[in-house]
Amino acid sequence: MFSIEVNHIFKTYGTRPAVDDVSFDVNQGEIFGLIGPNGAGKTTTIRMMMDIIKPDSGDIKIMGEKLNDNSKNKIGYLPEERGLYKKMSVMDTIIYFASLKGVDSQLARQRGEELLKRADLLPHQNKRIEELSRGMSQIIQVIITVIHEPDLIILDEPFSGLDPVNTQLLKDLIRDLKNKGKTIIMSTHLMNDIEELCDRLLMINKGRAVLYGSLAEVKANYRNNAVLVETTGALGTIEGVLEQRPHNGAVELKLDAKTTPQMLLERLVQKGIVVNRFELSTPSLTEIFIKVAGNEHE
Amino acid sequence: MNKTLLLIKHEFLNTVRRKAFIILTLAFPLIALLAILAGQVLPGVIKTTTTIEKIGYVDQVGLFTQNTTGNNIQLIPYTTEAAAKTALEQKVVAEYFVIPANYISTGSIQIYTLTSEIAPSATVQSGISDFLMNNLLKGNSTEIIARAKNPLNITSTTLTASGEPAAKQGGFSAFILPYLFSVLLMLAIFTSSGYLLQGLGEEKENRVMEILLSSISPRQLLSGKVLGLGAAGLVQIVVWLISANFLLRMASASWGSVLGSLQITPEFLILGIVYFILGYLIMAILMAGVGSISPTARESQQLSVIFIMPVIIPIYFMPLIMENSENIVVKILTFFPLTAPITVMVRSGLSEIPLWELAVSIGILILSVWGLFILTTKLFRTYLLMYGKRPDFNEIVRSFRES
Repeated sequence: MFSIEVNHIFKTYGTRPAVDDVSFDVNQGEIFGLIGPNGAGKTTTIRMMMDIIKPDSGDIKIMGEKLNDNSKNKIGYLPEERGLYKKMSVMDTIIYFASLKGVDSQLARQRGEELLKRADLLPHQNKRIEELSRGMSQIIQVIITVIHEPDLIILDEPFSGLDPVNTQLLKDLIRDLKNKGKTIIMSTHLMNDIEELCDRLLMINKGRAVLYGSLAEVKANYRNNAVLVETTGALGTIEGVLEQRPHNGAVELKLDAKTTPQMLLERLVQKGIVVNRFELSTPSLTEIFIKVAGNEHE
Repeated sequence: MNKTLLLIKHEFLNTVRRKAFIILTLAFPLIALLAILAGQVLPGVIKTTTTIEKIGYVDQVGLFTQNTTGNNIQLIPYTTEAAAKTALEQKVVAEYFVIPANYISTGSIQIYTLTSEIAPSATVQSGISDFLMNNLLKGNSTEIIARAKNPLNITSTTLTASGEPAAKQGGFSAFILPYLFSVLLMLAIFTSSGYLLQGLGEEKENRVMEILLSSISPRQLLSGKVLGLGAAGLVQIVVWLISANFLLRMASASWGSVLGSLQITPEFLILGIVYFILGYLIMAILMAGVGSISPTARESQQLSVIFIMPVIIPIYFMPLIMENSENIVVKILTFFPLTAPITVMVRSGLSEIPLWELAVSIGILILSVWGLFILTTKLFRTYLLMYGKRPDFNEIVRSFRES
């Protein structure tokens, strides 16, 4: 069963289409990336999934049915716009939001303590939200998102504003949740996060779906005929190489259509060049995105 | 627990724990209590000055010779002004006054003192007045003199058409309680609906709204907020009513003549609570609507004035309501949902409000509350998450039609 099925949704604000015929499915137990530049329609899509705004047309099924009170309790949602009641204490905040998801206060306190401990925030549990740093309150929000142990977790730009330590903490948490069989959808404009975590992805640009599939598929489709090599000594000119480009301490070699990476390796060996590293160069999502968005533009 | 109930509990507790709410709720009973205590203590404090004051006078009419002592003053006659002035300078007398030859036709009296004062003290004034009266009326019996000093004690009775004494007698004491209470009612309605407006604005600004909406529906959010804050407002009103009843009994001891006859009747109590609930509901729902379309708390505060003004209007029409409750304007004020609570409160103190008028007024209020609730839920859904831009009127109308 799909965790989420989105069928041909449209949403227009004024005359500008914010989401324009987007469809996708999310499998149970996977990390699904929703990527695209700022203003692409990611948040609007998520808000429609959460039934916070209604699509103009199209339909969305969550866990096989339309979103209802019961299924709302099985979803954890971290909105892009962050905020909490400033005057409430950390623990009261956690308990209150947990109660709105149907968790009784005793259980919420117990889970809250565990999660706070994990994030090293337990000593702050009686502080008011306004006394916390921005990063800390963002972690509290993540805790609120998962306190009711939802089956489906939707994170809108989860890493924005986090320092490296908290980013790592959150990444570990996301992997943990996946290992527990939870489905996770995260939106981001930072492609690196997706490359590291996601199984499948949907890329939207200007409200339209432009790429959809597993990370490996997407990358394979956009593979360019190039290799990364690290050698001792200079390379010189090599037959079949169109272009040499330094790339993170190595050199990226673009090959012409007649040359395969295997042929290049043989040529390097024949020339007596010591090869320390030899790998197929796959484009980063950023490069793919720029390519796709660029094509769209034309 | 039901999510709406959870929200009601949250909003209720959040409000009654606010310092401003607690202060406001306790302020009125406390101020009234202080006034009552002052009424009991002050006379005692003032009466301690029982020394007899010596006052000189010069009688140029030749009529004022008797009753020179009494009421804590002693009057000493002098034949000439010069003699009186000397006595004053030597502090034999504290002050002196002159009864000029033309006193009978003018009634004017000149008082001379060493210390400047705004007006002669009450003791001195009444002492002199008694002295003059006694001398003017000498030859009459003491009963007649006493009556002349206090000739008019009014008791008025309103009769019904059939000549029976009416159930509501009106008058100052019957009027003051509804008047005071309508002001308190207004205050309670504004406070709790104001908190609602403020709370929504804050939730919009601190972005909690989206988390809330991912757990509950706009309808649950609206009803939870309105009922939670309303419960807090009701607590406030009940505290005021209970303490008013208690304080009135205390007060009749010291302010007996004014307040002794005041009574909080059960009908008044019921009307007060019914109109608080309905008045609050309509105001709160309007405020919620305003809050949902305004991007910031500050802007919503400005916009809310449009709805606060009508609630206050009956205060401006007070003289009309008091004098002529049959007037068509008064009827309109009774029926228009925003002006009804205050108008009915004021009217209830003055005369019996016909039952059909109450029924129509309450009916219109209930219908308006229901209609506005449905409209506001739609507004909530459309505009609660729009930051930074207020929709114009046409857009709002369109969103009603679409949803």
